[in-house]
Amino acid sequence: MAAVLESLLREEVSVAAAVRWVARGTPSSEESPGEAAVLSSLGPLRKEFVPFLLNFLREQSSRVLPQGPSTPAKTPGASAAVPGRPGGASRGGRGARSQLFPAAEPPGPAAEAPPARRGGRRRGPGGPARERGGGRGPGGPDEGVGGDSLPWPGARRPRGSGSPSSPGLARADPPNLSNLEEFPPVGSVPPGPAGTKPSRRINPTPVSEERSLSKPKTCFTSPPISCVPSSQPSAPDTSPPGLGLPPGCGSLQEEREMLRNERCKQLQPPPTPACPTPESGSPVPHRTGSLSAEPADPARVSSRQRLELVAQVYSSCIAENLVPNLFLELFFVLQLLTARRMAAAKDSDLESSPGALDSLESPLFLSIHDCVFFAVQVLEHQFQVLSYLDKGTLKLLAENERLLCFSPALQGRLRAAYEGSVAKVSLAMPPSAQAVSFQPETDNRANFSSDRAFHTFKKQRDVFYEVLREWEDRHEEPGWDFEKGLGSRIRAMMGQLSAACSHSHFVRLFQKQLLQMCQSPGGAGGPVLGEAPDVLNMLGADKLGRLRQLQERLVAPQSSGGPCPPPTFPGCQGFFRDFILSASSFQFNQHLMDSLSLKIRELNGLALPQHEPGDEDGESDVDWQGERRQFAMVLLSLRLLAKFLGFVAFLPYRGPEPPPTRELQDSILALRSQVPPVLDVRALLQQGLQAGRAVLTVPWLVEFLSFADHIVPLLDYYRSIFSLLLHLHRSLVLSRESEGEMCFLNKLLLLAVLGWLFQIPTVPEDLFFLEESHGDAFEVDPVASEHGLDSIPVVDQQLLYTCCPYIGELRKLLASWVSGSSGRSGGFVRKITPTTTTGLGAQLPQTSQGLQAQLAQAFFHNQPPSLRRTVEFVAERIGSNCVKHIKATLVADLVRQAESMLQEQLVTRGQEGGDAAQLLELLCSQLCPHGAQALTQGREFCQRKSPGAVRALLPEETPAAVLSSAENIAVGLATEKACTWLSANITALIRREVKAAVSRSLRAQGPEPAARVERRGCSRACEHHAPLPSHLISEIKDVLSLAVGPRDPEEGVSPEHLEQLLDQLGQCLRCRQFLCPPAEQHLAKCSVELASLLVADQIPILGPPAQHRLERGQARRLLHMLLSLWKDDFQGPVPLQLLLSPRNVGLLADTRPREWDLLLFLLRELVEMGLMGRMEIEACLGNLHEAQWPVDFSEEVATLFHLFLSEPHLPEPQLRACELVQPNRGTVLAQS
Amino acid sequence: MILTKAQYEEIARGLVSVPPTRQSLRKLRRRFPRYLSGVLKNGAAPVLLELANEVEYAPSLMARIILERFLQEREETPPSKSVITSMLRDPSQIPDGVLANQVYQCIVNDCCYGPLVDCIKHAIGHEHEVLLRDLLLERNLAFLDEDQLRAKGYDKTPDFILQVPVAVEGHIVHWIESKASFGDECSHHAYLHDQFWSYWNRFGPGLVIYWYGFIQELDCNRERGILLKACFPTDIVTLCHGTGDPAGPAEAGRSRGRKPSPIPAL
Repeated sequence: MAAVLESLLREEVSVAAAVRWVARGTPSSEESPGEAAVLSSLGPLRKEFVPFLLNFLREQSSRVLPQGPSTPAKTPGASAAVPGRPGGASRGGRGARSQLFPAAEPPGPAAEAPPARRGGRRRGPGGPARERGGGRGPGGPDEGVGGDSLPWPGARRPRGSGSPSSPGLARADPPNLSNLEEFPPVGSVPPGPAGTKPSRRINPTPVSEERSLSKPKTCFTSPPISCVPSSQPSAPDTSPPGLGLPPGCGSLQEEREMLRNERCKQLQPPPTPACPTPESGSPVPHRTGSLSAEPADPARVSSRQRLELVAQVYSSCIAENLVPNLFLELFFVLQLLTARRMAAAKDSDLESSPGALDSLESPLFLSIHDCVFFAVQVLEHQFQVLSYLDKGTLKLLAENERLLCFSPALQGRLRAAYEGSVAKVSLAMPPSAQAVSFQPETDNRANFSSDRAFHTFKKQRDVFYEVLREWEDRHEEPGWDFEKGLGSRIRAMMGQLSAACSHSHFVRLFQKQLLQMCQSPGGAGGPVLGEAPDVLNMLGADKLGRLRQLQERLVAPQSSGGPCPPPTFPGCQGFFRDFILSASSFQFNQHLMDSLSLKIRELNGLALPQHEPGDEDGESDVDWQGERRQFAMVLLSLRLLAKFLGFVAFLPYRGPEPPPTRELQDSILALRSQVPPVLDVRALLQQGLQAGRAVLTVPWLVEFLSFADHIVPLLDYYRSIFSLLLHLHRSLVLSRESEGEMCFLNKLLLLAVLGWLFQIPTVPEDLFFLEESHGDAFEVDPVASEHGLDSIPVVDQQLLYTCCPYIGELRKLLASWVSGSSGRSGGFVRKITPTTTTGLGAQLPQTSQGLQAQLAQAFFHNQPPSLRRTVEFVAERIGSNCVKHIKATLVADLVRQAESMLQEQLVTRGQEGGDAAQLLELLCSQLCPHGAQALTQGREFCQRKSPGAVRALLPEETPAAVLSSAENIAVGLATEKACTWLSANITALIRREVKAAVSRSLRAQGPEPAARVERRGCSRACEHHAPLPSHLISEIKDVLSLAVGPRDPEEGVSPEHLEQLLDQLGQCLRCRQFLCPPAEQHLAKCSVELASLLVADQIPILGPPAQHRLERGQARRLLHMLLSLWKDDFQGPVPLQLLLSPRNVGLLADTRPREWDLLLFLLRELVEMGLMGRMEIEACLGNLHEAQWPVDFSEEVATLFHLFLSEPHLPEPQLRACELVQPNRGTVLAQS
Repeated sequence: MILTKAQYEEIARGLVSVPPTRQSLRKLRRRFPRYLSGVLKNGAAPVLLELANEVEYAPSLMARIILERFLQEREETPPSKSVITSMLRDPSQIPDGVLANQVYQCIVNDCCYGPLVDCIKHAIGHEHEVLLRDLLLERNLAFLDEDQLRAKGYDKTPDFILQVPVAVEGHIVHWIESKASFGDECSHHAYLHDQFWSYWNRFGPGLVIYWYGFIQELDCNRERGILLKACFPTDIVTLCHGTGDPAGPAEAGRSRGRKPSPIPAL
């Protein structure tokens, strides 16, 4: 492979030709015959050129730059894992992201016969790195925190255990790269044993002590990989160690040790700021050293021409999207730019071959000057991309003194770009949890199978939020564990969701809450240290010195996601992830997947309003902002939903490592290939590509796929998806700008997310480089694509940074250069949050059917999109209001009719009323036919309401004809919507409402049918100053308790007090402001009790000790008051029959002598005033016989009974004396 | 009256000790025979009430227990709760006249429990709801009350939901719950769990008015969305519907940017 590079360096082949060759495969006519000959001779190596180039650059830089900023590019995962972020928890091998390129063939059948690959390269140190990642079980919160999480500096950690080696050996010999026999191309090894670990890095070439001349030595290990703690075994790498290694080479691990030792000697103190195992004895960060960055001088660049050439080739590869991850390369370049010192610079060996400038035998970067020169060269080529970065990054770039020094022109352009940039990426407030509001339409009892399900869901909602609140409060506490803290409560709650319908209700709640809390990226980021970088940005580079210490404090404990972080669940998302895991309910997961899939389909298919290029005036600008915002909201929601869908869908298959053997893998493949995908993402992708909506579909698809397990990419179905994505990636050439092309930032977004996806460890490493592009992989509908979302600038920097926070690593890198801390990638954790937090726009209804619909569509075609939106909106709302209107008018009338019919029925049928169901049927059969009126009334409503609404919403200059058409269409659509619903549902609606009314009034009837007579309010003049009911009940209760006893001898009530009490009772009953039915009922009951006590003369009266009894006259007066209260003031029923209950009559038994006249008086008055019927009283008296009394008392009661019966039904007051004389006892009924 | 926790506890210490519940229940079981012998001697004596006083147990609860036991022995099956409740409400239904009187005596003499006291509590609650409703009407704050909400199918219903939210002391209020009691720790936590959080879960932040005061320290969920007050708030900010003036400052700024606002005529 190096042959190609060498050809280039020797200028046998032009850069353009080489890149064309790499990109398209065949030398084209543009090449000179010489070039063509050279290139075709190298044909088989074509695919390996880019990996080789990238590895070459990484290794060159890693070798030359002891502080090795090169690593993130090569092993992005090194800095990928974030401690404390449990995102990768369920995926093992997150750390394995660190490998950029494959070390092993993916054993998938789809891999096209790969050329032989040298074993030695396969078995790179990536193996151990991957082991580490993979060995950590799923769910480990510290996943990736180990060696992998630490960026390069660990590489230089001196390790005592390393095998000794001479410094010279650690250095590369000039490799004979053109010797194909000895230096076979990358990836040219036949598929190895299935157990080989896929490695994302380019295979390092082992350094052997007895290296032969031809042994390539260029591929040094990259530092982050060597950051493996020595305790980490590399055992899982099952292949025999010597298999792929050149004879004589012990192991790469040893070589790495050699290198480390060597470097360690060169570096004092060793730069190991974040090394996990500070066995070197110098765990102190090397900041002191790093602060003094070596100055870079353009005049001291060693081989300009060569560097320029390589930079050109490299840039061209980037430009043609031949590299997997654009931003990773930019990150690498910026690392070169901000490299601080050069350890190997003093190594005389490196300068010993000055004549080999045209070959690769001499190191590319001899000094910091070379690095910076190269970086600036590349940046010049990449200016266009840079100019689209956020303002903060541009500022830091423009203020970079090295850049100014090496290329004032580029600096000028960057400054201009900075000044012209409006791409301020803002930091939003961290949102606090907001509950999903109760939706009567869906959360109604009617939507549940039973009362129980309804109440269960009611409880569940509360438990869910309780859990959420607890999580909010506690998840940042050290030592708090989700599963321990909440797991059992969640499972208990899930256990109650028995019915399928309950699950769907809960899932709806869950999903809504998810969207509500996490959709805004603020929810994703949380407030963690979010401020720091912004403060730094605001102050600008020049003032940063003072903040250096502060920043380092902030930076030191933090490790960030790096330029290629693993998929994570930041912030609130973590709650939902952990909830799913803790719930571990397959029903819940299934319902959740169903629901997520549906929502994704819905949002993905959303007819996003389209921008009209011609319309440039202010009005459309407003729409335009709205469209962008809406797009952002839809996109972010889709990404969130897809992420969770991916998470849940692949959850059962996820394991830390790929299957250990080929056979196992094949059987798993056979099994899995018959499982239909949870959501037909391929179809959605194809549709998206065809319709020019890749910018919407691809970002969420990437989120979905990022959770795929190791098997997924090997399945034909998903492999074809990856293939499509690769072709898309290749086609997104940023420099190509023409009519109908995708917008720049749209492309940038896609490149960023795809680049990120290609770094996911489960994605086969060879996929990117080996997949051959077939141009016809997807067809784009030219018409659709012209108007598709892709060609509309829907993406802005805010959205770009929100979706791809890792792009912000570039800025962190630059900022850390300014602040003087080491060139670590990890800085501060910082999330970019968008400003848009409003909900999704209302979904537009689908219009359908008929010529009229087609005409309407045509009408809208030539009108501004806002018109269509308005009309559809109006139609939708009016249609919906129409239904509500019908409900409030027609249906309400029918319900009222039903109620009165019910009353009639009850009267005619008597108290029993008959069977409720029967009654309901009867009522419905009479009322439902009236439902037919709904359609006419509905039509009329829409006709009346729609035009006004349309007129109010459309601009005034809308032409009259357009306006009236719009109105008519709105009326039509609204009517259609309303009538469709009404005709289908009106009968059911009436039934439901009538049923509710019937059961309501039947319930209200209760035991006392008279209770529900229409309630009178108090008179208008009433000022509601009457005593409060509660006060009166309380007062009467006191009297009752005194009367019932026990009491002290001196206790009692005054007759005046009793009178006053009854007077107040009257006032209270007349002012009904504060009276509620239960209070009235109790007042009534208490008043009856009071009457009984009066009759039995049981109320202790205050006064002279002798008296203690109420005067007869007073008693009668009080009874009269009560009678009139019962008659006039109580509106509810008064339980007068209690007056004749055995208990109350029994009160008389205790009085000596017994006096019956008050009772008789009361009974007469009751009859008189029509409060009780004679029959009723007689019935009550009759019942008294059944009670068990003392014999004498029974006799008296019997006499009373006869006396009462014997009285003629006279209208006039019955005040005459009557005697119920039991002569022997002398009981007297006093004269009145 | 808003009390601090310390103040409240001082008062609570001064109050009678909490009646032992479970222990006295056990005692009661043993004493039921004593009741029988007691009433046999004198049916009119307040046997049951004294029994309750003796074990420091609420008389109406005591009556309920005795009644339950009585019915159980009579019918040999444990009586349903509703039967007992109904008998307590109307002791005339109790088949035994003496017991009926005893129960009635217990009920009218109990000042903490029993149907009568329940009714008083309920009435007080209702009265304050009415009061609150009037205050809302007076201030033109549109609301939906519990009955309307229930009719719409809401599963949890605060006393009032404001149709347009307001801000009280800078906190958004969607709903208002009236509590005609003193908010002590125990009841407040129960309310939080059974009601207030449930409201928050459905309707967002809201306001609770403890008309008889509360312990100051309990008002700690303001930021979370539950605000406590001891009276109707005075500092209410409503949503302003801009009539002539653009609503938000952003709007205003934009219009100013476009066209300089004319100098007002003096």
